[in-house]
Amino acid sequence: MSRKPSRTIAFAFTISAVASIGLMVTYILGGQVQVEGALIGVALGGIAFGLIVWGKDLMPAGHFVQEREPHPSPEDERAALADDFSTSSEGIERRRFLGRMLGLAAGSLGIAALFPIRSLGQAPKDDLFHTAWEEGMPLVTRDGAPVRADALEVGGILTVYPQVDPGSADGQAVLIRAEPDDLDLGDRTSWAPDGYVAYSKICTHAGCPVGLYEPETRELFCPCHQSIFDVARRADPIGGPAARPLPQLPLAVDAGGYLVAMGDFSDPVGPGFWNRDR
Amino acid sequence: MIRRFVRWIDDRLGASSFTRSALNKVFPDHWSFMLGEIAMYAFLILVLTGIFLSFFFDPSSRETVYNGAFAPLHGVTMSEAYRSVVELSFDVRAGLVMRQIHHWAAIVFIAAITVHLCRVFFTGAFRRPREINWVIGITLLVLAMFNGFTGYSLPDDLLSGTGLRIAYSIALSIPVVGTWIAFLVFGGEFPADQIIGRLEIIHIMLIPGIIFALLGAHLAIVWRQKHTQFPGPGRTETNVVGSKLYPTYMAKSLGLFAAVFAVLALLGGFAQINPVWLYGPFEPASVASPAQPDWWLGWVEGALRVFPPWEVRLWGFEIPNPFFPAVLLPGVTFLLLYLWPWIERRRTKDEAAHELLDRPRDRPVRTALGAVTLAFYGVLFFAASNDLIAKTFAVSVTKITWAFRIALIVVPTVIGWFTYRLCKATTRTEAEDVFHVPLKAVLEKPR
Repeated sequence: MSRKPSRTIAFAFTISAVASIGLMVTYILGGQVQVEGALIGVALGGIAFGLIVWGKDLMPAGHFVQEREPHPSPEDERAALADDFSTSSEGIERRRFLGRMLGLAAGSLGIAALFPIRSLGQAPKDDLFHTAWEEGMPLVTRDGAPVRADALEVGGILTVYPQVDPGSADGQAVLIRAEPDDLDLGDRTSWAPDGYVAYSKICTHAGCPVGLYEPETRELFCPCHQSIFDVARRADPIGGPAARPLPQLPLAVDAGGYLVAMGDFSDPVGPGFWNRDR
Repeated sequence: MIRRFVRWIDDRLGASSFTRSALNKVFPDHWSFMLGEIAMYAFLILVLTGIFLSFFFDPSSRETVYNGAFAPLHGVTMSEAYRSVVELSFDVRAGLVMRQIHHWAAIVFIAAITVHLCRVFFTGAFRRPREINWVIGITLLVLAMFNGFTGYSLPDDLLSGTGLRIAYSIALSIPVVGTWIAFLVFGGEFPADQIIGRLEIIHIMLIPGIIFALLGAHLAIVWRQKHTQFPGPGRTETNVVGSKLYPTYMAKSLGLFAAVFAVLALLGGFAQINPVWLYGPFEPASVASPAQPDWWLGWVEGALRVFPPWEVRLWGFEIPNPFFPAVLLPGVTFLLLYLWPWIERRRTKDEAAHELLDRPRDRPVRTALGAVTLAFYGVLFFAASNDLIAKTFAVSVTKITWAFRIALIVVPTVIGWFTYRLCKATTRTEAEDVFHVPLKAVLEKPR
């Protein structure tokens, strides 16, 4: 009766050992991920199979009965603990003043111990309110090359940075060229020379780079949570979870024919925070 | 030999009587009691593979130019962190399989905890006297999810960098203290240099340490209280019926460990996971598309996507949009989970200790509420793919998002109602069947 399972189990363990040897050989030969996965799988699978069959077929299973002792301690034990505790506490309770002073000392130390948390980072100050853009700051590409006013065709898009910090995380902007007649920027019409508009590339929802542009509809998409912004209308949010437009960068063309900023973004860039409007 | 060893130990520790009772300890047999074990073994595998990975990972944001075995990235500027992960995957022997087993183990770890949680919930195993272990268990789930996030954020690739970007924005959205929290955690305005190094310490030391301690407490309490069991012939509130720890339960459990490890190894070998070399290094102006988190954060991601474009402005202050789906929703979710044993007790007025488990159908309200909850988070999970669904069926994302908003109300309601009716119907059929004999009693021959 017990002969057949034991043969199966022994076979499983043998296969496992062979796989382990194969594993060593694979390693020596330089390793290969699929082979390694397969061999570890077989080595452990053999052990697993053997052990489980062994446990199921050759070991006493089920139907052992054990009594549960009640969870609470016996009543007299509890009473004895309470008694012991109050007897021993008498001395402490009499010196209530000392107890309070100990509380004061430990509490003060605890509060003092929290102070170093402040070392973890800079104060937010006004970092979130401005970027490196300022009046006359040239627009540059990721490798620092200035952007000429003929750089884009209508429908084109380019990621631009302030010249002082190419690659800047908070200063990144999308430069888009549209047909000037298609733009409806209200009092910001002068911010868009030759149909060029620039908006912060950081989504006002959760901060992803807003990189997908659909020239026909002039819509910018955020690939993270699918917010949609209307480039022709001050990047107003027209779909998805974003609630605010992308801040706009006022542009001009300088005497050399290069695009420059006329100042910082119209609003603090990126996702919202508590005191953003302050 | 064994006798001599036992004598040697007992002379010094006097542990014979405890060990004997431990070896004879009876555990009830049921497949659903393995779920927690699977989670525990996945954690063990995470530690084993993680130790290996930690020897090769360099948590530095310093820029370097790649020049290793993976030709497509030659000459690309990247952080040392990203470079070390690519190197681990291509130049370190057995590195890739270890990394992939580690990632799969994390996926299985959290999945097993979640299913284990469902088992405990639907069978009422959280009731008195097991509320403490319920609370510890929920905490373990939170920690596991958090550590999963810190783990996949370490490689500093484009996908995880986007995830960190969103995490930073979520921190920013917290009223009053959000900017401070974001700046202190990241070290400054995003992307501050310190975050990868900090995440590593949190990921490999802080959280695993807490998980170890809580897992130990979780198991010790199970040991002390003895495991619950399903009702059945011979099983009462005052006994445990099952197999002894030694040898049967131990053989099966070690077998389960080997089986979990085997499955993870096969996944790690054959199922590519998180191929960071394809995503490229993190760069603030770029984004991976489609960008989705690992599965266990899918519901938060879905909530971020379908939550309407609302922000609150009060007296010149602002509560930004991500606060509601990504801070408030998870906060309420876990608060309700923590409080569930007491919420249910208020309704049922059931103060008694329970050692026998409920059949889900016998508790239709609880079971239906559980189904509603699963349906709600299930819909959110799929909502995290609204862009992919829109693309596949060539429908606008806006329409898909609206469909999900409606589904979020309709689907849980329908599923909850259906589950309730199903529970009622099955218990009624049983009650009407006067010759009813428990199926198990028919199938189980007395031994």
